[in-house]
Amino acid sequence: MAIDKETVRKVARLARIAEPEQRLEPLARELSGILGWIEQLNEVDIEGVEPMTSAVDMKLKMREDVVQDGPTGGGQPEKIVANAPKTEDHFFVVPKVVE
Amino acid sequence: MSVQPRKLLKGETGDWEVVVGLEVHAQVISKAKLFSGASAAYGAGPNENVSMVDAAMPGMLPVINRFCVEQAVRTGLGLNAKINLWSRFDRKNYFYPDLPQGYQISQYKDPIVGEGEIEVELDGGETIVVGIERLHLEQDAGKSIHDLSPKESYVDLNRAGVALMEIVSRPDMRSADEAAAYFSKLRTILRYLGTCDGNMEEGSMRADVNVSVRRPGEPFGTRTETKNINSIRYVKQAVEYEARRQIAVLESGGEIEQETRLFNVATGETRPMRSKEDAHDYRYFPDPDLLPLELDPEWVERIRNSLPELPDAKKHRFIRDYGLSAYDAAVLAADRARADYFEAVAKGRDGKLAANWVTTELFGALNRAGREIEATPVAAERLGALIDLIAEGVISGRIAKDVFAVMFETGEDPAKIVEERGLKQVTDAGAIEKVVDEIIAANPAQVEQVKAKPKTFGWFVGQVMKATAGKANPQAVNDILKRKLGLE
Repeated sequence: MAIDKETVRKVARLARIAEPEQRLEPLARELSGILGWIEQLNEVDIEGVEPMTSAVDMKLKMREDVVQDGPTGGGQPEKIVANAPKTEDHFFVVPKVVE
Repeated sequence: MSVQPRKLLKGETGDWEVVVGLEVHAQVISKAKLFSGASAAYGAGPNENVSMVDAAMPGMLPVINRFCVEQAVRTGLGLNAKINLWSRFDRKNYFYPDLPQGYQISQYKDPIVGEGEIEVELDGGETIVVGIERLHLEQDAGKSIHDLSPKESYVDLNRAGVALMEIVSRPDMRSADEAAAYFSKLRTILRYLGTCDGNMEEGSMRADVNVSVRRPGEPFGTRTETKNINSIRYVKQAVEYEARRQIAVLESGGEIEQETRLFNVATGETRPMRSKEDAHDYRYFPDPDLLPLELDPEWVERIRNSLPELPDAKKHRFIRDYGLSAYDAAVLAADRARADYFEAVAKGRDGKLAANWVTTELFGALNRAGREIEATPVAAERLGALIDLIAEGVISGRIAKDVFAVMFETGEDPAKIVEERGLKQVTDAGAIEKVVDEIIAANPAQVEQVKAKPKTFGWFVGQVMKATAGKANPQAVNDILKRKLGLE
């Protein structure tokens, strides 16, 4: 499967990655190469084989419905906003985004 | 489903059928969030209920809340739906300031709950069946506040990561009323199950409304999706507006664009969202942080066995066991507290009479007083005692209404009210005969008339009641009057 320049531009935009115009063509070539390489897997006969959903033979771990302290709990708003460029009253303050 | 002519909308060029499907987001009742141990409670200070997981700090991993899974299964069972013992979480990718992960953990191809259906009662006694396509678990996003500053938005992540159930209906509704009734019924079921509080002001339940129109019998038209509607009334308004708008576009030769729209609560109108078209390119893929969600069939059975009696089952039981009309049964079953109250009154008594008193007198009085059933001044036992007084012939049905009014004011025991105010029915035949004799003697003209026109008989009954201040037993009055007037 070949990826063209316009697809690279769109995917980059969706992922919010700024790619300069002159990088789009080379990236399209590299991504097409990677996809072509992976497509070789299509040659394998998988008739009757269950799809593999994980590389580890484990069950999904679950937590009980308990409010916790510490990193996986709340009650630490000052830490949550500590890295934000701008905050007020424990809110994150960002450029206006309104529909 | 056959076309129902009376539900069609009239346009300039003929009839149109409206087709509606709803995607309802319902917040799961749980203590902690779907993938973290932060509190899911409403109303905390900004970013108080946010863990490092919810804030998407590097290296933090989601661990699923077992109770949230149980709640989703319980809801699926309540919607008569198939529980998928194998489901999976996917990442739905988009950028927004209130979504720190840059993706929402949701379920795309393999939801936890598959197809089901529910019964929906409409005003006027009609019942429709609405298909459920699926229910899946996902994270809520945070909240952006836009009115604290002219140039900035304030972001609070307390909601981020709270468990939501997205319940998707089939496009089975054919009018705004049906859509509103479905939304309302879904809310009732969730509240019965205890899986969502249905509190729309706090955003616990909101609907995305898909609307299209078509000529009767033709394939589905192009639909629009109106997002985030948080009341039953607004669902109805949004469908009405959108159907009218689409008909006007089509009749003037235009085409409907498949688009996302917003509802304006002030005007009841919808308008397109300004977002770019590629906003819908979410690039879903299985979340590598989470293994598939596998359920133990025995655990699902245990949940099934723990379900409360649901509104439809209750409705059918009320019809069967108490002889109620489908309408009365549905009204009573729509709310668990009301249903419990009714049963307390009806137990061991005439079910229809009890339903009448509860739905007409009590609900009417509560409505006028602006009170909920939980705050009723008339306890169920006392209303039951009042009905007993009627059944035993101590008071007439008419006097009972006066007694009820006093009970609603004071909360007192009806027997005491009847005793203190001397409202006991006169059943003593001798006493009634005496009154009847006096009235017959005083009104010879009417006595002549009633022999020719038996319909004027009611006038005599009225006179006797007036003379006894309504306390005479109506049956006894009838019998004695008929005998004395020679009408038998």
